[in-house]
Amino acid sequence: MTDPTATPAAAPTAATPPAATLPATTPTAGTPAAGTPAAGTPAAAATPAAARPAPVRPWVQRLRRIGGPRRNPVATIVWFVVLLALTAVILYPLVWLGFATFKPSSEFGHNFALVPWDATIANFKKVLRGIAGVPLSRFFLNSLLVACLAVVGTLASASMAAYAFARIKFPGAGIFFTGMIGTLLLPFHVIIIPQYIMFNKMGFIDTYVPLVLGKFLACEAFFVFLMVQFVRNIPRDLDEAARIDGAGHPRIFLSIILPLLRPALITSAIFAFIWSWNDFLSPLIYLTSPEHYTLPVALRLFNDATSSSDYGATVAASFVALVPVLLFFLFFQRFLIEGVATQGLKG
Amino acid sequence: MTTLSNQTPLKSAVAPRPQPPGHGASQARRELRAGYGFLVPWLIGFFGLTLGPMVMSLYLSFTKYNIFTPPRWVGLDNYIRMFTADPVFVKSVKVTLGYVVVGTPLKLAAALGVALLLNYFTRGSGFFRSAFYAPSLIGASVSIAIVWRAMFGTDGPVDSALTVFGLDLGGWVGNVDLAVPMMICLTIWQFGAPMVIFLAGLQGIPAELYEAAEVDGAGAWAKFRQVTLPMLSSVIFFNLLLETIHAFQVFGSAFIISNGSGSPGGMLNFMTLYMYKRGFADSQMGYAAAIAWVVLIFVAIVAALLFRSSKAWVHYAGESR
Repeated sequence: MTDPTATPAAAPTAATPPAATLPATTPTAGTPAAGTPAAGTPAAAATPAAARPAPVRPWVQRLRRIGGPRRNPVATIVWFVVLLALTAVILYPLVWLGFATFKPSSEFGHNFALVPWDATIANFKKVLRGIAGVPLSRFFLNSLLVACLAVVGTLASASMAAYAFARIKFPGAGIFFTGMIGTLLLPFHVIIIPQYIMFNKMGFIDTYVPLVLGKFLACEAFFVFLMVQFVRNIPRDLDEAARIDGAGHPRIFLSIILPLLRPALITSAIFAFIWSWNDFLSPLIYLTSPEHYTLPVALRLFNDATSSSDYGATVAASFVALVPVLLFFLFFQRFLIEGVATQGLKG
Repeated sequence: MTTLSNQTPLKSAVAPRPQPPGHGASQARRELRAGYGFLVPWLIGFFGLTLGPMVMSLYLSFTKYNIFTPPRWVGLDNYIRMFTADPVFVKSVKVTLGYVVVGTPLKLAAALGVALLLNYFTRGSGFFRSAFYAPSLIGASVSIAIVWRAMFGTDGPVDSALTVFGLDLGGWVGNVDLAVPMMICLTIWQFGAPMVIFLAGLQGIPAELYEAAEVDGAGAWAKFRQVTLPMLSSVIFFNLLLETIHAFQVFGSAFIISNGSGSPGGMLNFMTLYMYKRGFADSQMGYAAAIAWVVLIFVAIVAALLFRSSKAWVHYAGESR
């Protein structure tokens, strides 16, 4: 405890100069990883003596805070400009799409500038009327229905499987967990043909059953894995306390684990929604009548039928299909990015 | 660490760990029943929709089957035919492998490079991280495939931008030499997801390692080689494995950009697309299943090579570097 390097969590805190100047009030000193605040203070208090020989001027400190410690200010500015340029390049296709939706079809192939010469909302009007006699709203609602079913199914089945893997000790759990990890690496294409034959024999072609059944059976191992990682981090004391009070597994799952699992559930829900929304191969194979089409397959219809003559409508339909995903991204980006980050770190 | 190990014995000393109701055998039986109870949906899915179909597709790959008449056993015929008498398939293997082998390392290099940059900047990195991550969410969608075709079409934004620099390549979409590079650009565009994982890995490297390296007189490059890369190797391994498997499954974008044909000159006819055409357009389910198994075998080989080589270059936390 007396040696600051012996506690790995406290050591990086003590090492950074800004933390050393105000050891008691820095928020980093009280992070849960560093243990109780009382335990963190002696470790941090030991360092100012060591850090004192190198006093730092305030303006240098401010620059360091922008660029990180000990950065050359010129390099900081150069890299910042590089990052901005990169952002512009990466977001350009989306910006292009946004502007192109207002271009009249006649301008495609002639006006290669970003901004339309003669901005119009005719594309959207055309798109709303739909294609093959089916209005766009129908495709939109179909996609919404499938995506919502996918979310409900994924949350229910994956959280149950995750609870079993993370909290219950039973023979066979190890083998099945390995199997679950294995399916994480399995290319989907290997199982799509037999699945198609099965669903065909059962008469489920042109229904949404093949698109959502797998979600209710936790077939997407990513979500099970994500939730297992999360449940493992929930302190076991809570389960123990509930078990002493006579609660069984269903009770512990419903009233302790599920509420605490909320962040992972939100992350999973958003991913399940977006993946279902974007899914192309399954609806392409299973849906045969246009009034059942989800947006991606309908878009393909637009693309095939109108790409030469009415490009504006295709572009506008593409835009409409992206809007829900972009909205989800804008509002829930923190959950998405954290979900991706934790998945990678513990794999 | 110390506080934790101090507290645990203390608690058990105060209250001698009360046993939950039910002991020994009955307790184990209850755990067994609860375990399988919670696992029922997953088990049905695992056996009914994953393992069962896998076995079935392996069987089908040794048959001739068109859905309407019962499958007829042909042994290894499908596999032999595809490599000896089907130049379209051989081409599709080459195209797919080229795409995977070139695209994945470039994507991960971009992801690592930008992650290092963002780790260098503490301020504003949240905004950039989000902006760079967005393409990963939508990159595989039909909408983006349509946009991509416009981006890389003749006189499209990419063509006009390159003309400014004196590179008059024309459209990439219909060009046999540039169709795969166009797809590689699309996968690199989605570098955000591995970048986020790299960034989390970078933030987990203890600052003291860098300070120790500085004391030893290490420069920026030496610190990257001696500290960052070894500490990040498990994350690099994970990204490499997942992104490679992911790359083998490219389908929707190539389908939309080539209008389902795989043209120009079969350069967009990735193995998955060819499998789809054989299975669902030509009703050759046995042959398509065999193609799917070749994809799986490629993925398994890549995974095995990665796992085997990992002993030499992947360092896990706790190991000394």
